Amino acid sequence: MTPLLSLRNIWVEYGDKVVLENVGLDIAAGSFVSIIGPSGAGKSSLLRVILGQEAPTRGSIMLDGAPLAPECGPDRGVVFQRYSVFPHLSALGNTVFGLECAQAPFTARLFGAKRRAAVAEATEMLEAVGLGNSLHAFPAEMSGGMQQRLAIAQALIKRPRILLLDEPFGALDPGIRADMHALITRLWSDYSLTIIMVTHDIKEAFSLGTRVLALDKRRHDPHAPHRYGATAVYDLPLTKPRLAAGPEGAADGITIDTKDNT
Amino acid sequence: MRWVNRRIGRGNGFLLGAIPIALLVLLYLTAAASRHAANPNDKILPMPGAMAEAMAVLLFQPDPLSGQLLFWTDTLASLERLGLGLGISTVSALLVGLLLGALPPVRATFGPLVTGIAVIPPIALLPILFIAFGLGEASKVALIVIGIAPFMIRDVAAHVVALPREQIIKAQTLGAGSWQLMLRVALPQAMPRLIQAIRLSLGPAWVFLISAEAIASDTGLGYRIFLVRRYLAMDIILPYVAWIALLAVAMDFVLTWTSRRLYPWAHGAGH
Repeated sequence: MTPLLSLRNIWVEYGDKVVLENVGLDIAAGSFVSIIGPSGAGKSSLLRVILGQEAPTRGSIMLDGAPLAPECGPDRGVVFQRYSVFPHLSALGNTVFGLECAQAPFTARLFGAKRRAAVAEATEMLEAVGLGNSLHAFPAEMSGGMQQRLAIAQALIKRPRILLLDEPFGALDPGIRADMHALITRLWSDYSLTIIMVTHDIKEAFSLGTRVLALDKRRHDPHAPHRYGATAVYDLPLTKPRLAAGPEGAADGITIDTKDNT
Repeated sequence: MRWVNRRIGRGNGFLLGAIPIALLVLLYLTAAASRHAANPNDKILPMPGAMAEAMAVLLFQPDPLSGQLLFWTDTLASLERLGLGLGISTVSALLVGLLLGALPPVRATFGPLVTGIAVIPPIALLPILFIAFGLGEASKVALIVIGIAPFMIRDVAAHVVALPREQIIKAQTLGAGSWQLMLRVALPQAMPRLIQAIRLSLGPAWVFLISAEAIASDTGLGYRIFLVRRYLAMDIILPYVAWIALLAVAMDFVLTWTSRRLYPWAHGAGH
């Protein structure tokens, strides 16, 4: 089976500073990849490269066997830690926006029957993330957790090939975070998503992911700390029953079957 | 309680705000009364009665030469120039500011030009405007536009540039192109800022209007003030200045109200 996303020999450098060196990855459709690593290990850089927000200095990225343009597109959805939703639009407006962009290239607005269809689809999506009661609320009226739910709904309505999450639950309190874990696990399974998530929380990485990547520097020169970049030092596929006992329960049932240092 | 923690209620706020104004009026009246006690014909600090009499002529009696009610023709002429100047500036700030803010190539090309124009003192350009547009309405409106539009353009552009990068990325992952991004993400979020920029530009706009009218005009609030200055007619100048202040405050109030009304999401507690 050809991988959905494949990164070959990816280097990201800013001037003399090497952030990522020689990253090679194959990501299969339907997987939930957690990326962990210390601060400054290039987790977010890797995500930005996959997202198309920046081009790698060297290397190639293929999505479905086709090279990826160094520009964001509707095939890759994203949820950032903050600022992912538009403050001037209601929850419904935020979610419908993705449909409007595709169907109305000039006005970016829909009218009549098309609008009703789009609103119905967006309402359904908002209900799926648990925002059915806040369709007309503006982001400023929402809690952090609700804003992240909205950001997820917004991304999912485009049915992206890959959903990228950049520390999506980092700013939430533990109770809300557990709810969000349950939500993302359910959505991942309901919509057969492929998810790549960057996180600082190792427990989260293992409980949600089907595969955990740890980024770190293999080499370190104390006199030139930026000389060497990070790469995937651990790549752990986890086998666990999909949605057997919810995300929290699943953490106990993890078996790490390979530990292969690429 | 520390002063930084004191909260002022609505009624108290009104009262506190009125105190310095009332004191200033009282100070003026005392000074005027003492001058009139020394010299009943004093023109420098006229008493309120004299101001009312002088203004009544301008307000209600047609000018024998032109047959017009001078106060109202002055007001209308000035507001027309100000409105045109503000209108043209606002439209250009929105269009140019949005393009400069949202599109890096446009910013790289025209950013330095806008900055260059913005740092020229507009009054230095007034002779050029008089030569180019003549002494009519066009040069006065042009002075206001040249005076405030560059500032407003830069303000709107800076605001659009400062929109979180995450939002711009997110919009693109939702399928938005440059045009859709400008229309649906940048434009609505620039609107409250644009209104804010108009509010801040009102002061300079009045300065340029009064300057232009003082130098070459035959009607307008600034023209009248500078005309009657020759006769030391403080009984007309002071009410005119108060009237200008009142108009400016009213415009500011309307703009704030409009912004809160149309863009409640930009005002936090407003919704």
